[in-house]
Amino acid sequence: MAGEDKPKIDLADALVLPSPDLADWLVVAPLCIGFAFGALCLMLRKDVRLQTRLAMTGLVLFFASTVGLFLNVLENGTTVMAMGRWLPPFGITFTVDLLGANFALATGFVGLAVGIYSVADADKSERRYGYYPFLLMMLGGVASAFLTGDVFNLYVWFEVLLISSFGLIILGSRQAQLDGALRYSFLNLVATTLFLIAVAYTYGIFGTLNMADIARKSADMSDVGPRATIAALFLFAFAMKAAAFPVNAWLPASYHTPLISVSAVFAGLLTKVGVYALLRLFMTMFPGDLPDLSMIIAVVAAVTMVLGSMGALAQTDMRRALGFIVISGIGIMLAGLPLASQTSLTGTVFYAMHSMVIMTALYMLVGIMGQQMGSFDLHRAGGLYVRFPLLAFAFFILALSASGLPPLSGLWPKIYLVKASIDVGIWWLAGAILLSGLLTTIALVRIFSFSFWRESPDGAAPADVRAIDRPGLYATLVLIAASIVAGLYPEPFIQVADRVAFELLHPVGYIEAVFGPTTAEAAGQTIEANQ
Amino acid sequence: MEVAMVALTGLFFTVSFYLMLSRHVVRIILGIALLSNGVNLTIFTAGRLTREVPPFIAPDANFPVEGIANPLPQALVLTAIVIAFSFFAFLLVLVFRAYQELGSDDSEKMRVAEPVDEPAPPMGY
Repeated sequence: MAGEDKPKIDLADALVLPSPDLADWLVVAPLCIGFAFGALCLMLRKDVRLQTRLAMTGLVLFFASTVGLFLNVLENGTTVMAMGRWLPPFGITFTVDLLGANFALATGFVGLAVGIYSVADADKSERRYGYYPFLLMMLGGVASAFLTGDVFNLYVWFEVLLISSFGLIILGSRQAQLDGALRYSFLNLVATTLFLIAVAYTYGIFGTLNMADIARKSADMSDVGPRATIAALFLFAFAMKAAAFPVNAWLPASYHTPLISVSAVFAGLLTKVGVYALLRLFMTMFPGDLPDLSMIIAVVAAVTMVLGSMGALAQTDMRRALGFIVISGIGIMLAGLPLASQTSLTGTVFYAMHSMVIMTALYMLVGIMGQQMGSFDLHRAGGLYVRFPLLAFAFFILALSASGLPPLSGLWPKIYLVKASIDVGIWWLAGAILLSGLLTTIALVRIFSFSFWRESPDGAAPADVRAIDRPGLYATLVLIAASIVAGLYPEPFIQVADRVAFELLHPVGYIEAVFGPTTAEAAGQTIEANQ
Repeated sequence: MEVAMVALTGLFFTVSFYLMLSRHVVRIILGIALLSNGVNLTIFTAGRLTREVPPFIAPDANFPVEGIANPLPQALVLTAIVIAFSFFAFLLVLVFRAYQELGSDDSEKMRVAEPVDEPAPPMGY
């Protein structure tokens, strides 16, 4: 405990930090906005129109706060806020480095787009049963998971986003949803419980739950056996959350069942929380254990990306094909982790951003297509090109981008990842990335050619379709435009990803941001450094 | 004391994994409930078991006396209990609704989202 051998210190002063700067409040702004508006919408859930307006305001503010946070971190470096101003490692800290801010920014962007899309997608009864409160609280939970600097707190945010996602996935209560929700909730709950076991062991061995504190203690640790066990347990739990092979079966079993806007936000955000947690785990907390596990992660990544895109080829339902493409993207993100070089991590971070935007856009666009065709079944797809040439163009762009073809945003991170794996001579990983790109192209272009390039097999267009919802379509197009911009002008995106990779490879910066410039062991010295 | 707790935790995990391997959904949720309780015991044991002194600081002292009980694992376990309990309540309702709608608690017979005999995707125009 602090001050045990320094009885002169007044504990009230010693344990409390000075008040944070005004800009630092941005660290908790996404959390506060998400939950405040979620609670408001919950109270007003019977007034569907007012609730929708409030939710939109909340989502805009949420996005604005993540933009502000990102710019602040980009300019001032890692920002730390200790809850209750308790000195770390005693209080819960929110530690936002560029990695977390990056993911939070993508969360805000995707969340706003999904919110706009859902105005037409979620009907009145679904909104009355709490669509917007669940969405806002889930976004708050996802963003907080990216921002927190405490392992147990990360577990709590996992549970927060999980329970909100349960609410979202079950809205509508159709039979397939109940089945999908069962599989989704069982496996995700087991994954978070395994995560909690790993947290318990971490606490038992390190006596702390602060990520920066664990990082500096694990670096000094001579007996690596227990640490490697914990790292492996974390790896299993997070891989399950991220839907990596062989623990990915829950994703294609459930992601096609809920509302399409719910699928979109799940595909964009939830699996990436697992990827983020893996990056945080192996780059910040236990970098020493990565070499031992890197071969396993590399094989898992390669199998995940290839089997994911092969699974997409085997699907009749377009939404289920997209579920497998999400899995394939997870494999590509994981490929950068075991290589742990500047190039590979740049690729991973850039690909994660790309995938968050693109997978959401794909689900949203396929939702519009399915609604216009009256079915998501490839056997019954067709006839869309005559009616909506713009949709064809948008889907084609998305297909190219998700497959990593030029000139779109999927290309650059894949180049980085392939180069990184060839640099260290792991040719099979590079081959797997290229092969999965090819298979993804075939799967998506098949959806394209069946939906757009042939006559509808049922004859004329289904009679009772609504017109395309304009705001939802525009939200999708904005996401696609982001991919085009990042593809044609990748320089700023690569610079940011490059800096994130540098920070990940040098966790000293993360530790010093929490504990002050000197990595002092005694709490007393740390206090001086902080004042 | 630690040995007894570890054995108990191991028993919890064994029973819960056995139950979760079942095809019947009711057994799976019982397994999950046991798993979360096993984890709570793990956290408790990982925080070291002491039973001497409650963690209070005397009014005239700056720091607690030696050998106090560790309050942090109790806070962690409390959080975990609340979370696990709410999830269990949700799952219970979900399982009941699924049983009502799908008429079975056998997960092999509940395959509505992923039908077993789904046709292959179209092979050509």
